[in-house]
Amino acid sequence: MIALAPLVSVQDLVKHFPAGRALWGLGRPRPAVRAVSHVSFDIAPGQTLGLVGESGCGKTTLGRTILRLIEPDAGRVIVDGADVFALKPPELRALRRRMQVVFQDPYGSLNPRMSVRQTLAEPLVIHRLANGTEREQRIFALLDEVGLDRRLAGSYPHELSGGQRQRVGIARALSVEPKFLVLDEAVSALDVSVQAQVLNLLADLQQRRRLTYLFIAHDLAVVRQIADHVTVMYLGKIVELAPAAELYRGPRHPYTTSLLSAVPVPDPNAQRQRLVLAGDVPSPAHPPSGCAFHPRCPHPKKNERCRTEEPALREIAPGQLAACHFAEEPMQ
Amino acid sequence: MNLRATLALLGALALALFVVGEARRHAAATPARRRFFRHRPAAWGLFVLSFFVTLAIAAPWVAPYGPSVTLEIVTLKNQPPSLLHPLGTDLYSRDVWSRLVYGSRVSLSIGALAMLVAVTVGAVVGAVAGYVRRWVDTALMRLVDVGLAVPRIFLMLMAIALWQRLPLALFVLLIGLTGWFGTSRLVRAEVLTLRERDFVAAARGLGAGPARIILRHVLPNVAAPIIVSAALGIGNVMLLEAGLSFLGIGVPPPLPSWGNMIADGAAQLATAPWTTLFPGLAIALVVMALNAVGDALRDALDPRREAEWDTDGATL
Repeated sequence: MIALAPLVSVQDLVKHFPAGRALWGLGRPRPAVRAVSHVSFDIAPGQTLGLVGESGCGKTTLGRTILRLIEPDAGRVIVDGADVFALKPPELRALRRRMQVVFQDPYGSLNPRMSVRQTLAEPLVIHRLANGTEREQRIFALLDEVGLDRRLAGSYPHELSGGQRQRVGIARALSVEPKFLVLDEAVSALDVSVQAQVLNLLADLQQRRRLTYLFIAHDLAVVRQIADHVTVMYLGKIVELAPAAELYRGPRHPYTTSLLSAVPVPDPNAQRQRLVLAGDVPSPAHPPSGCAFHPRCPHPKKNERCRTEEPALREIAPGQLAACHFAEEPMQ
Repeated sequence: MNLRATLALLGALALALFVVGEARRHAAATPARRRFFRHRPAAWGLFVLSFFVTLAIAAPWVAPYGPSVTLEIVTLKNQPPSLLHPLGTDLYSRDVWSRLVYGSRVSLSIGALAMLVAVTVGAVVGAVAGYVRRWVDTALMRLVDVGLAVPRIFLMLMAIALWQRLPLALFVLLIGLTGWFGTSRLVRAEVLTLRERDFVAAARGLGAGPARIILRHVLPNVAAPIIVSAALGIGNVMLLEAGLSFLGIGVPPPLPSWGNMIADGAAQLATAPWTTLFPGLAIALVVMALNAVGDALRDALDPRREAEWDTDGATL
């Protein structure tokens, strides 16, 4: 689907969290939580892949496993030619310069006891990138780049606003000059106007630094502004993967359709049909049989096959993949 | 009391006042110091501590007599406080004030050193157990359970049985090495919540090793409970030292400690109460001062307190 060799390639990634055993380790083992099961995708250099799904669908686990902040159970991840899970600690440390993460919670992602300067200096120290005045210059350059006043260098996180903190988080990620950034709901905790500013900043940075993004979010509206391709996850699995334009124009999976119908339209007179899903997300420890989405699926043609046979992720149109038995007859 | 000792005492008082005054004068300089002095008892605590520390350092000048000089065993024993002997004399006609001054050296340094050992071991064990988890955590915490289950006093008695006369350094080490269990639990609990925070994940993502994460990201964020437990712990160690010396297994006489001074005077509590009253008062004062300073430090060292104080502090 992509002409260029991918910068990031995720192949059949699996992460299960064992739930331990009942009765303090004596009873039967409880079923593991299947946070990520058999996920594969590629991201071309300089592109943004949006990753969307409800809370608890495994998007954050996926993001962290790709960066090996969590050890995987199976699968392979190639970032910039390096096999992330096969690396020994020194090699992994070197690779960490090329892949970074920005977290959702701007309160939790900065050490409350380190000033902005200290936070930004640490990566330079770890990777021995700069010393003395040069280090100071680089910190100022980073602050400039993310649109923060240089005078904030001495501030502590609790003295900053949410948007400022998030900019510090972005500056920290950029400090080691990565090629690949995982943006783990990087704008979800911000209010709408700040969200737009940070999104613009991220888009600028991508242009300027030729960055590749994995942009994780829980709503499709935000992803639309930044993503080239979009992946939709449900219960640890990819249900749809398509170029952004195609996905927004004609979603193939009923889950994507319902997510799209939840995107608010800024027009009070707009007449539209909201497609509200019934029920909650099932527990990832006990996923439903067949198509995991079938108990909540609003597709009119839903039948016995959905309950028994798991649909494979297959190419429906050029570059557009979906995991639905009725992907050829999408809703609406 | 002679002129030199009186002047030295006045000097010590003046120095303690000067320390508090200077600290207060610069209090506005940093938010941490501002928060420290917002605790009213903190200034008193600081005063008491600097006074006793000065006494300990300047003992030869402040004390009119040596710590174990017997002046006149017949006429000068168990004398009540007077101008010449401001805190009286004890059973062996030794000047109580002089012994109190020299005793502060022993008692304060035992308290500080033993606590330093205890807090260091406790913080490192707690941080490692909480951060590494798995079997390391299990092993260390079972060790702590055992440590908490064995009464300290029995360990001391065993040590006495082994060494007859316990060298002071060993005594300090023993108190320190039996006093870290509580701290390690405290630190571990904090570390368990901290290690799940995103800034720790961010540090790992940046390539920081476990040592850097524990030292730079985890321990600074548990500094508050560590310091509070250290400040309270010094007081506890001093009380323990007093108790053990009272039982005759702590600081060996004639070396004065506040604990064995109380022990020496206990027999004539009814006839010469000053021999126990003043060292007891000294212990109580220092322990209270440590508690006040510990409390104030907890707030001073936590930058997140600033906002809380600015809103709540006004109403308090």
